[in-house]
Amino acid sequence: MLIVPTVTRRNFIVGSAAALGGLSLGFSVPFPGGAQADAIAPEINAWVVVRPDETVVIRIARSEMGQGTLTGLAQLVAEELECDWSKVTTEYPTPGDNIARNRVWGSFSTGGSRGIRESQDYVRRGGATAREMLIAAAADEWQVLASECMAARGVITHGPSGRSTTFGKVATAAAGMTLPAEVTLKDPSTWTIAGKPLPRLDTAEKLTGKQIYGVDMVRPNMLNAAIRACPVFGGRATGFDAGAVSGMPGVRKVVQVDDTAVAVVADTWWQAKTALDNLPIEWDDGPNSGVTSETIAAMLAEGLEAEEAFLGNEAGDARAALAGAAQTVTAVYSFPFQNHATMEPMNATAVYTDDRCEVWCPTQNGEASLAAAAEASGLPVERCEIYKLHLGGGFGRRGNFQDYVRQVVSIAKQMPGTPIKLIWSREEDMLHGAYHPITQCKLTGGLDADGNLTALHMRISGQSILAAVRPQAMQGGRDPVVFQGLHAGGDEYALGYSIDNLLIDHAMRNPPIPPGFWRGVNLNQNAIYMECFMDELAHAAGQDPLAFRRKLMANHPKHLAVLEAVAERIGWDSAPPEGVHRGLAQIMGFGSYVAAAAEVSVTDGQLRVHRIVAATDPGHVVNPAQVERQVEGSFVYGLSACLYGECTVNGGRMEQENFDTYNVLRMAEMPAVETIIMPSGGFWGGVGEPTIAVAAPAVLNAIFAATGKRVRRLPLMNHDLRAV
Amino acid sequence: MARLTINGAPRDVEVDPDTPLLWVLREQLGMTGTKYGCGIAQCGSCTVHLDGVATRSCVLPVSAIGPEQQIVTIEGLSPDGSHPVQQAWLALDVPQCGYCQSGMIMAAVGLLQQNGNPTDEDINAEMTNICRCGTYNRVRAAIKLAAGNSKTQAG
Repeated sequence: MLIVPTVTRRNFIVGSAAALGGLSLGFSVPFPGGAQADAIAPEINAWVVVRPDETVVIRIARSEMGQGTLTGLAQLVAEELECDWSKVTTEYPTPGDNIARNRVWGSFSTGGSRGIRESQDYVRRGGATAREMLIAAAADEWQVLASECMAARGVITHGPSGRSTTFGKVATAAAGMTLPAEVTLKDPSTWTIAGKPLPRLDTAEKLTGKQIYGVDMVRPNMLNAAIRACPVFGGRATGFDAGAVSGMPGVRKVVQVDDTAVAVVADTWWQAKTALDNLPIEWDDGPNSGVTSETIAAMLAEGLEAEEAFLGNEAGDARAALAGAAQTVTAVYSFPFQNHATMEPMNATAVYTDDRCEVWCPTQNGEASLAAAAEASGLPVERCEIYKLHLGGGFGRRGNFQDYVRQVVSIAKQMPGTPIKLIWSREEDMLHGAYHPITQCKLTGGLDADGNLTALHMRISGQSILAAVRPQAMQGGRDPVVFQGLHAGGDEYALGYSIDNLLIDHAMRNPPIPPGFWRGVNLNQNAIYMECFMDELAHAAGQDPLAFRRKLMANHPKHLAVLEAVAERIGWDSAPPEGVHRGLAQIMGFGSYVAAAAEVSVTDGQLRVHRIVAATDPGHVVNPAQVERQVEGSFVYGLSACLYGECTVNGGRMEQENFDTYNVLRMAEMPAVETIIMPSGGFWGGVGEPTIAVAAPAVLNAIFAATGKRVRRLPLMNHDLRAV
Repeated sequence: MARLTINGAPRDVEVDPDTPLLWVLREQLGMTGTKYGCGIAQCGSCTVHLDGVATRSCVLPVSAIGPEQQIVTIEGLSPDGSHPVQQAWLALDVPQCGYCQSGMIMAAVGLLQQNGNPTDEDINAEMTNICRCGTYNRVRAAIKLAAGNSKTQAG
């Protein structure tokens, strides 16, 4: 029924013709199954292909998951290339090609808000190099000096003679030119494509249903798999009764997947899922069946008072200064486990034969997917390949964690030659996340007689992501990622306050729940802990929260600039509308300085977030329209977490299985968002994540202003905001 | 065997009658624009129109649909993305990852078919679809833009 009529090197058409209806639908799916060469379109260099029809194909190594990196990276290449933006299209090189070509495209990893800032230099050089080669080819043809020629909008012109040609006409010759030894990059102040609010390149297909995501993948003779892993973390699948479902419609096979899971393979996914729901499976719950949210909370609470802790940031002698303070303030906060809950559940499609394994998948790190495919198939990396498909959300779930790739390869290996598409149900997705790590935080601040902050001890207790997923990145047992936004300095996560006596430390307590990088990572709760406590200290000192912070920020002008910007825009110095209350927050993360000011009202306990003003200084801006969208989106992520985000543990497993019990922000609750983009130049900060962190503390501080209630244990839904 | 009318054309499918319409569209008919997000009618990614009303297809068994009932999917909204709501979405560059957007668009068209000039409260009440990327404010603006454009066309 499902057919694939044509396969070429670059594109293949997925066709599906209904058995009886006769309608045929054709979708073009990106399939860069060999980016080295093209019979009709010469590769100028690894980043740029120019076709005879003047189409410019720009290669993108990072993954598009909604954050706009595809468009932004293409803008940077096109800016230097001096091509016609209306002729630009993009494609993904494959991870296999990258390895075969000595990693000419660099990292494929798409996380940490690094996609653009980490690769901007070399992709711009790729564009500039290709431009020089195209110019050299034209000059060569004309027998003139290349230095007398220039390129603009895909046209090369020889100044003295006025002759001109196009990129498409000289592309083949350009591909044979020697790479220039050196290129000079344009000053961002002269950009005409980069830095502009251009529309995304990938919008049209998302409006018609034609965009192909991983779950939409179809291969000839493909079967579909549904899977269930032991819901208790650390548990195993010890047996199943395949006979109970083997007669159900469409069922082809029931297979064990490593020692944790069982999958049903059927003609359709619905048949596979239906059979799986009826499949008796025996579980060995393993050592964690007694773990609950309460046991975890107790474990973390002990860490708040523990003698031993890893040092994050220290100045003066905080303990001595606190002992001598005129007034001390203490508070304990906590932040729960949360699921990424990408709208597209985990999925991948694989075909395995004895000498090759191919996988089509949405992934934030194609090379990590390739490694997972090699590991699970037992084949050498050279015999494996990954074809990246568009992601229906990533948020950190699809980068470091390639469990779904290993699973589909494991299933495909048990049915050699048959393509298998594995889709997780939402329930499976909720029960087997890589959860936002759980932490508690105890803060103690010391004020002198004049209400100046003289000492601060911030003790974080809880989970380390690195200990679980990247232990080689630990520093002598210490996880530096725990301290995002709290560092003594640096280009990424510098604390924006100078406090004479400061101690920030971490008692690592790792419950047996898998943690992961979750959009914003540890900046999210660190901003709540620090910025809500700053608000508490200001009120204890009887001072305005902005003025209180300002006194500590003299040495942190970029932090202060974004904070001042949101305060001015929200009208901090004037009274808010009747019944409306305000809160502020700022932090630095992922290389950018961000702040937010929120306006809320609380009526009969009902919270309404009316408006949030955001400011970001990411150094340079590649597409301001996309930055605005990322800031708005980040607030949805941050406010979802603040209001509702919580996965609770009982019996060693998560209790929430779907959106009915794991709610997220909906349109009715969405505040108006105003974004101030204020790039100060000289550095490259990230965009996708940093502003998430300031949404919740700004709102929580505004809730205090409205109600006098401090919400210190997230999420908000567990609290009654009504007046007592 | 079920007989359905999808995007104006009669379709006969061999399928268990309990199968939700979503999976018939995606797996029997290869119309993958309609998405699976939750399977319990919570997220709206699977929204299609049934006799002009936005309906969550993930919990709607095909046995509950009569052959005369008109099913419209994102693929049937327009042949080329020219529907006023799709055009408004394009003008405001609404999607991010885009996964929820078929459902968002179908819900918005459903709303505008019932109410050509929705207030913010109307939009809040009808647009309950989940978007994790956070396109809500652009979705709202696009609905208003489409409503304005429709009025202009009508007037």
